[in-house]
Amino acid sequence: MSFLDYAPAPESRAILSLRDSYGLFIDGEFVDGRGTPFQTISPASEERIAMIANANDADVADAVAAARRAYDRVWSKMSGRDRGKYLFRIARLVQERARELAVAESLDNGKPIKESRDVDVPLVAAWFFYYAGWADKLDHAGLGASPRSLGVAAQVIPWNFPLLMLAWKIAPALAAGNTVVLKPAETTPLTALIFAEILQQAELPPGVVNIITGAGDTGAALVSHEGVDKVAFTGSTAVGRAIAKQIAGTDKKATLELGGKAANIVFDDAPVDQAIEGIVNGIFFNQGHVCCAGSRLLVQENIHDEIVDRLKARLSTLRLGDPLDKNTDIGAINSREQLDRIRELSDAGVAEGAERWSAPCEIPENGFWYAPTIFTGVQTSNRIAREEIFGPVLSVLTFRTPQEAIAKANNTPYGLSAGIWTDKGSRILAVADQLRAGVIWANTFNRFDPSSPFGGYKESGYGREGGRHGLAAYLAPAPIGQAAVARSATKPAITADASAPEPAAKRPRRTQKATTKGSKR
Amino acid sequence: MPAPVNAGTALATARERALAVLGGEPDDQTLGRYLHGIPGVDAVGLEQRAAALGTRSIKTTSKAWALDRIIELIDLTTLEGADTPGKVRSLVAKALNPDPADPTTPRVAAVCVYGDMVPFAVEALGAAHGDPDDGLISVAAVATAFPSGRSSLAIKLADTAEAVAAGADEIDMVIDRGAFLAGRYGEVFDQIVAVKEACRRPDGTSASLKVILETGELVTYDNVRRASWLSILAGGDFIKTSTGKVSPAATLPVTLLMLEVVRDWHRLTGHKVGVKPAGGIRSSKDAIKYLVTVAETVGEEWLVPHLFRFGASSLLNDVLLQRQKLTSGHYSGADYVTID
Repeated sequence: MSFLDYAPAPESRAILSLRDSYGLFIDGEFVDGRGTPFQTISPASEERIAMIANANDADVADAVAAARRAYDRVWSKMSGRDRGKYLFRIARLVQERARELAVAESLDNGKPIKESRDVDVPLVAAWFFYYAGWADKLDHAGLGASPRSLGVAAQVIPWNFPLLMLAWKIAPALAAGNTVVLKPAETTPLTALIFAEILQQAELPPGVVNIITGAGDTGAALVSHEGVDKVAFTGSTAVGRAIAKQIAGTDKKATLELGGKAANIVFDDAPVDQAIEGIVNGIFFNQGHVCCAGSRLLVQENIHDEIVDRLKARLSTLRLGDPLDKNTDIGAINSREQLDRIRELSDAGVAEGAERWSAPCEIPENGFWYAPTIFTGVQTSNRIAREEIFGPVLSVLTFRTPQEAIAKANNTPYGLSAGIWTDKGSRILAVADQLRAGVIWANTFNRFDPSSPFGGYKESGYGREGGRHGLAAYLAPAPIGQAAVARSATKPAITADASAPEPAAKRPRRTQKATTKGSKR
Repeated sequence: MPAPVNAGTALATARERALAVLGGEPDDQTLGRYLHGIPGVDAVGLEQRAAALGTRSIKTTSKAWALDRIIELIDLTTLEGADTPGKVRSLVAKALNPDPADPTTPRVAAVCVYGDMVPFAVEALGAAHGDPDDGLISVAAVATAFPSGRSSLAIKLADTAEAVAAGADEIDMVIDRGAFLAGRYGEVFDQIVAVKEACRRPDGTSASLKVILETGELVTYDNVRRASWLSILAGGDFIKTSTGKVSPAATLPVTLLMLEVVRDWHRLTGHKVGVKPAGGIRSSKDAIKYLVTVAETVGEEWLVPHLFRFGASSLLNDVLLQRQKLTSGHYSGADYVTID
């Protein structure tokens, strides 16, 4: 036998206790949806996991109304310390049920269990722990004393990191004192619904978080609902643009985290073995379903052949297959639609003259799969160098000088992330300074931490998630002081308060009251 | 030089290979330029990769194969000031028959002892003394003023020659870490070449040479990588992490790094060099991580006694306990394996 044909090591599904069908989570309870239910399937086998309720406009209105009630009556009045206690409780429950969440995530999304177990779920807990700590320290969030919450946040999240994106959205929103209506992606609602059970377990007041399921029309109804004060969206640039148009002219605040076509720049003095790992992690992590994936490899021309050789050798050791097997490196593509898109762009790459190489791996019969693929001889004008593929496909381009690397890296409508590989610290700083990307990794890639802000330039969206900056997306400065007087002339109660002769800072209790009043809409 | 033909050819080849790779005489300047021109190591990335390899889940049939293979790759070691012929005979008995309760248990690759204990090991092995690739057991001797290496070259060579004459099949030498850290690469190179020379036997064959880098004293991964290249260029048959007398001894990241050098050397020259992590590997679980790292870095063909070894003593008993568990379905305890 061959040792490298590791015997199957599947993570047990016995830990899951899934229902046959899931309703909408509104006002603390699961209720039936009024749209036509849909099924969620395992992309690795195409088997049905559960039936999922579909929220129509009336359901959306119910969810927003529940969130509004919870905001007005409970959450906006609760002290930051008490909000923090709920968030800590959620974080601990996520840790307690980590294995269950990891199995559900891999089942519904198709990502390898080692990633959901070692990356997604631990980060989810970390995000809640991090923002739990912020809940009673909002005075230090950078917006001055006593910033106010916004109200009801409508949050629409993608299918690539279903539970992690939920945590990125819900944790800061709740810490800042907002209530939430969240819509998970149509193909990956499962962990959000298990998370709703965790919220019940945590005894979070009803209506503070509402989770409604459905397709794009549900999301559109949610973000355009007039009872919504804040829209947070992660997904494609096309949908992000539509949302921006939809809410233009309203006073809804928006955070958009959209697509990317990140450059991963490898200089000839890079630590080569670690760079290879970083390239692999940059584009083949989560089957390349990562908005900040390092999908454009910019490699210095003098080491191009060596890097490509080593990369091919490394890719040949990747194990594609059952997402629940603990030794799987590459799982399933999330949906047939996505697989079709990857194939279409990949074929376009061949048609445009680039050379395609795919790792030799056995593709399972059922489900959606795409072997790790690299394109060499890619030109900057090729579609595969311009468009986001969102799959395990890497385009390799070359550069000769740091200036050329920077120019090529920036020559994209996107600007979410970038990577730099070099042994020279000064070059890291000099190059990073000139890259127009929200996140830049040096000698690593695809690392996330709740204390680090994440977000893009240009068509990659606006606003930041994570860190102190992520709080600012869910807060407004307290309407006090001279600037506030000018800004909020239409809010007499606050103007009167702010124009009082005594400096506001000496009267924190009264300011707090004014904040509560002012935030009611 | 009236050197026996095959050993002479092998040495000449090694030297020619080194000269071709270096593009000049192996002096401090040429070696320094070469070793410092090798791409650096990113410590965080290296440790992440090692940790990722450590999460492989090796179950059922794969685990059974792995446990047997670990035993076949062990250099069962005793390196104490208190070693006696009796202790060595006991070690050899354990090497020949690791689990008296289960005759299907494979034998270890070698016993590893101090030079003066070689005759007793050879005598105790008797007919079982030979090449582990043929199912026999080798005798490995530490030499060259082990473990510090702080002695004159003449003494190191005499130490080596004596062990080889007494019947050692493998010599585990230490490099002069002081010279390496001071940048006297030529001196380290020449010493390895000289010790390799001293490994020759009158019949023209040669004892296999393992070069101990003592990575715990080199400290940085960049140093480990340079010392690995230096040892291979000078003709070492194996590169070995540690003496076991310095902490930290073998770690998974260090071993991964040395395997990467071996892989790159093979890419460059087509020549295969062995790797031996030694010291600190005590559990089957850890040892399996090393097997995974070897298989996924240089390939499965390296998991043979002439290309990979574990320098260990207490590891064997843990593997035997795990092996018994696989057969019986339950764990036994320390009293169900022999202490040596």
